Amino acid sequence: MIYISTFLNGLTIAGYLFLMALGLNLSFGLMNIVNMSHGTMYLAGGFIGWTVLSKTGSWFLGLLMAGASMGVFAFVEDLLFLRRARGNMTMETLITLSISIIGADLIVGIFSGRTRQVKIPKLLQGAFPVGDFYFPKYNLFIILFAVFFGIIFWFVLKKTKIGMIIRAGVDDQEIVSTLGFDIKLLFSAIFTLSGILAGIAGMIGGTFQNLVSGQDSSVMVYTLLIVIIGGMGSFEGAIFGSLIIGMAFTFGSLLAPQFSQFFLFAPVAIVLVFSPRGIFGKGR
Amino acid sequence: MGEGKMKEKEKALVVEGVSRSFGGVRAVDQVSLILDTGMSTVMIGPNGAGKTTLFNLIAGVYPLDEGKITLFGEDISKASIQRRSELGLVRTYQTCNLFKELTVEENLYLSLKNSPWGASRGCLEPFLPWVSDKVRRERIEEICRVMQLEALKDTLVLNMSHGQQRQLELGMAIISDPKIILFDEPMAGLSPTERVFIGELIKKLAREKIILVIEHDMDFAMSITDRIAVLDHGRLIKVGTPQEISRDPEVQKIYKLHG
Repeated sequence: MIYISTFLNGLTIAGYLFLMALGLNLSFGLMNIVNMSHGTMYLAGGFIGWTVLSKTGSWFLGLLMAGASMGVFAFVEDLLFLRRARGNMTMETLITLSISIIGADLIVGIFSGRTRQVKIPKLLQGAFPVGDFYFPKYNLFIILFAVFFGIIFWFVLKKTKIGMIIRAGVDDQEIVSTLGFDIKLLFSAIFTLSGILAGIAGMIGGTFQNLVSGQDSSVMVYTLLIVIIGGMGSFEGAIFGSLIIGMAFTFGSLLAPQFSQFFLFAPVAIVLVFSPRGIFGKGR
Repeated sequence: MGEGKMKEKEKALVVEGVSRSFGGVRAVDQVSLILDTGMSTVMIGPNGAGKTTLFNLIAGVYPLDEGKITLFGEDISKASIQRRSELGLVRTYQTCNLFKELTVEENLYLSLKNSPWGASRGCLEPFLPWVSDKVRRERIEEICRVMQLEALKDTLVLNMSHGQQRQLELGMAIISDPKIILFDEPMAGLSPTERVFIGELIKKLAREKIILVIEHDMDFAMSITDRIAVLDHGRLIKVGTPQEISRDPEVQKIYKLHG
């Protein structure tokens, strides 16, 4: 039974990491940007959500504001900085890295370095029995939320015109531009969307395991591992990568806690040896 | 501005004194060229003459160092690739530039952006299932018939042969009913059968549209149009009929030098 509960916990972690990976993967695949400030957006989104929850008592309003505020943040980051460095990958990475460092300090300055517990909304409190253990409703909510987002994104990416343009942009952005599409607008929209996803993941993940300063870096590392395993720009890769890292995290901690980091990085090493572009990675 | 100058400005494509250097190399040097209805042109020249660079300058891939390009009277010297495409200019590439992870139908659908079939169905349009877009899909069916790609509509481009990819690239170029098409070595790497099919199609297009083709095969070049432009070391040496070109001493010298 312990394995089933570990599996379900792995699914829960995979759920909110999937939201993070989806955003990072889209901006990575489409714009070729390694957005090192993605983890900062996660933590800042979580703290903003927590603040809204503290002031209004509404967790769902907090979730909304976490996503919206980080969407605005990402839009401004793209407009003011990244647009000026477009095409210069080193410069773009340095910009996002600088923003992540400044952002991390600002978060400590504004919200203090104390751990914040985000209260689970009443609707999602409690647990239900699964065999001889109880599975928290909130964990199920995270899993269902990720599945819901996954289905919406799958539909948009695979079935709609905008999704087709995004997939085409991941394939070759120059031809997209040649065909008459406004690639700058598309970049801004995708980067904003990745910010919204990071903010939402921050509120959901922060409620699951509290908000701690420094968490921006650890979540960023997990998200990067997912993108490396799954493959740059791949939707399917984000799903599989999240599942692998979620399971490696929980099963590693259960079976050999002293080797938990090994269990996280071993799949990355294996994938890099046999498929350097990730399991679903595309040639470029 | 004189009347002659005014008329020149109204021509489909006017390239005036265009130059572009990469490092110390002047890839395109003071090139001037006019294209208009009935003036489809084949561009020839040795490797490294600057033909593809000139294409890239016209299409907006590289900015100009100097000179001016107007398209249907609009100065597009600093215009985006997108704007040039909106004005009816499309191009193909030496190596097929297609969305490899997308199907034939999806590639063609995206190419309808700037066309009478590309009109928006409202602000929610980008989020509607594209398969419900009957008008555009009918146009895609039509192009698939013309390009003999009907059986491959749902095939991913990466699973297609080079010839089939070239057929699709041409289909993408013509689907939006553009006014000017730039073809960069459209016959490269094709089998004899494919050359006949693609060749006939380009000849037909040369009669209906304004096309500029980079081509090394002189027999094919002369079968497309009787207006040939010769480029060497980035300079436009001569524009004229095949007879004028073959008689030109400078052109003879270039081709002797390059074997």
